[in-house]
Amino acid sequence: MATNTQQIGSGSTGSRLRGQAFKIVLWLCITASVVLLCLLLVETLRDGIPGLTGTLFANFPSFNPAKAGLQSALMGTLWLMAVVIVFIVPVGVGTAIYLEEYADRNRWWNRLIEVNIQNLAAVPSIVYGILGLAFLVRGPASLGRTVLAGGLTLGLLVLPVVIITGREAIRAVPPSIREGSMALGATQWQTIWKQVLPASIPGMATGVILAISRAIGETAPLILVGAATFVAFNPSGLDSAFTALPLQIFNWLSQPQDEFKTLAAAGIIVLLVMLAGMNGIAVWLRNRYEQKW
Amino acid sequence: MNLSRFLITVVATATVAVGVTACGGSDTSSSASTDAGAAVSGSIAIDGSSTVFPFAQAAAEEFQTKNPDAKVTVGESGTGGGFEKFCNGEIQIADASRSIKDEEIALCKKGSIKYSEVQIANDGIAIVTNKDLKITCMTTDQLKALWNKTSTVSNYKQLDPSFPDVKVSLFGPGTDSGTFDFFTDEINGEKGDTRKDYQPTEDDNVTVQGVSGEKGGLGYFGLSYYADNTDKLNLVAVNDGSGCVVPSDATVQDGSYKPLSRPLFMYINEADFTPAVKAFMGYVVDNADAIAKNAKIVAMTPAQQTEAKAALSKAEAGASGATTTTG
Repeated sequence: MATNTQQIGSGSTGSRLRGQAFKIVLWLCITASVVLLCLLLVETLRDGIPGLTGTLFANFPSFNPAKAGLQSALMGTLWLMAVVIVFIVPVGVGTAIYLEEYADRNRWWNRLIEVNIQNLAAVPSIVYGILGLAFLVRGPASLGRTVLAGGLTLGLLVLPVVIITGREAIRAVPPSIREGSMALGATQWQTIWKQVLPASIPGMATGVILAISRAIGETAPLILVGAATFVAFNPSGLDSAFTALPLQIFNWLSQPQDEFKTLAAAGIIVLLVMLAGMNGIAVWLRNRYEQKW
Repeated sequence: MNLSRFLITVVATATVAVGVTACGGSDTSSSASTDAGAAVSGSIAIDGSSTVFPFAQAAAEEFQTKNPDAKVTVGESGTGGGFEKFCNGEIQIADASRSIKDEEIALCKKGSIKYSEVQIANDGIAIVTNKDLKITCMTTDQLKALWNKTSTVSNYKQLDPSFPDVKVSLFGPGTDSGTFDFFTDEINGEKGDTRKDYQPTEDDNVTVQGVSGEKGGLGYFGLSYYADNTDKLNLVAVNDGSGCVVPSDATVQDGSYKPLSRPLFMYINEADFTPAVKAFMGYVVDNADAIAKNAKIVAMTPAQQTEAKAALSKAEAGASGATTTTG
């Protein structure tokens, strides 16, 4: 007994060295990623800040770099995000509740659904683009090349993330809370609505925001779904043609003139600010509604 | 803890977001209604070749400033991708850097799409090398020896003893590009026939960077990309048996820069030849020179422009014929 505690406390010189070495390796890892990120940020900021002008937000895309702006792309992205939120929140949260609270894991179909959702999270985004093109733009839904089709495609793409994080959040609610609620005579519905859901809000909100953050940067599915690259008007509704920020940035990057590179970097900054803002909201929501049991 | 308070927060946020986007929407309509006049309205969907994209974008932009109620969208999913959408009736105008292929004609027949081809500009492929790689002219045979599928040329000296003793490092467009189809067909004799050990990219800027960064860099892309990078690249003349010809607007227009010059087209769906599309195409053909200049591609000659006008009025006749038979 006494020798045991001694070993845990100090250890041999060799294992202490190994411990030190491991710590150094970890330090190197984190330094590498942080340095890379900083380099990218500094580079983008240096290239992009001169491009962050009023014209960038006030104007539509143009062949003339001095007149080019990204208003239609920014508005297109906001519209897409609105569609994505309206679509993924009820569907994602609903699925998560079903799988955690109602589904009987002894039934094979419930297990099948679980495995499928986990696999879907790893499917490349271009495949969702093909799905969106075949079933939403053409085929059964025939929505055309519209904001609605684009938003639903992006929603499908990020839905697994929402479901998985939603389930984690629900699972984190201690069973004692449910049991207590049930013991006081609440129905399952009352338990979920009054106890489980409010307690899992921080986790779910974080999941939704992370999902939107992923959706906001996607380009490939949008190209397939038929978002045009040059759109000089803001979306006027769900059935409107649209373009989005990543598409506009990609297009500017592939232009030969150097001025467009500045605009592209400025577009990246706009996108980054939106992302940082959303992550900020996620952190705030988490802290605001977090509960300690 | 309090779910309803959370829901209120979410709804409030969503309302603000929708309000912002709605403001953006009304913004366009109000600015649109200020200048009506004889302007046309309606939407025009264009998609296709990325070579034609700058032209179509420049045209759409100018057209919309004159017709604020017209809503023109331009995509760049490639000539093949454009024809697929076109023959499916999803777009009214297909940009193409080549004529329509037999498979695509069949596809359009299946979708019962009647179309007309209108030339709108010219395109030339430029062969460029690193500034320090002094090669002024290459024959088509040398280009083929360098680029064909079985090529093992690794030093420019192997092509011609007078060429510099420098290791070959090649750049070019990827297989999705119309420029790639065009180059491999003309130089190597078959579409898609190319050596594999080059750096393929859909972004011609990568080619510019690669060629200017490697001592033995050689690559090909649209002539307009050279115009923007004259200080970084060296332009190579091409000799197809009748002497070295340097690519330029004039040699591309008259086709004397052989075999790497070609016409660019817009295909219009005759069944969907709306007043907006009609006005747009009329504008494009009438102002082809100015648009080409803005888009930095080679404009049509007056003769080509006359021909394009004729093609357009023929399409108009065909479209009205189509409506009389159906209606």
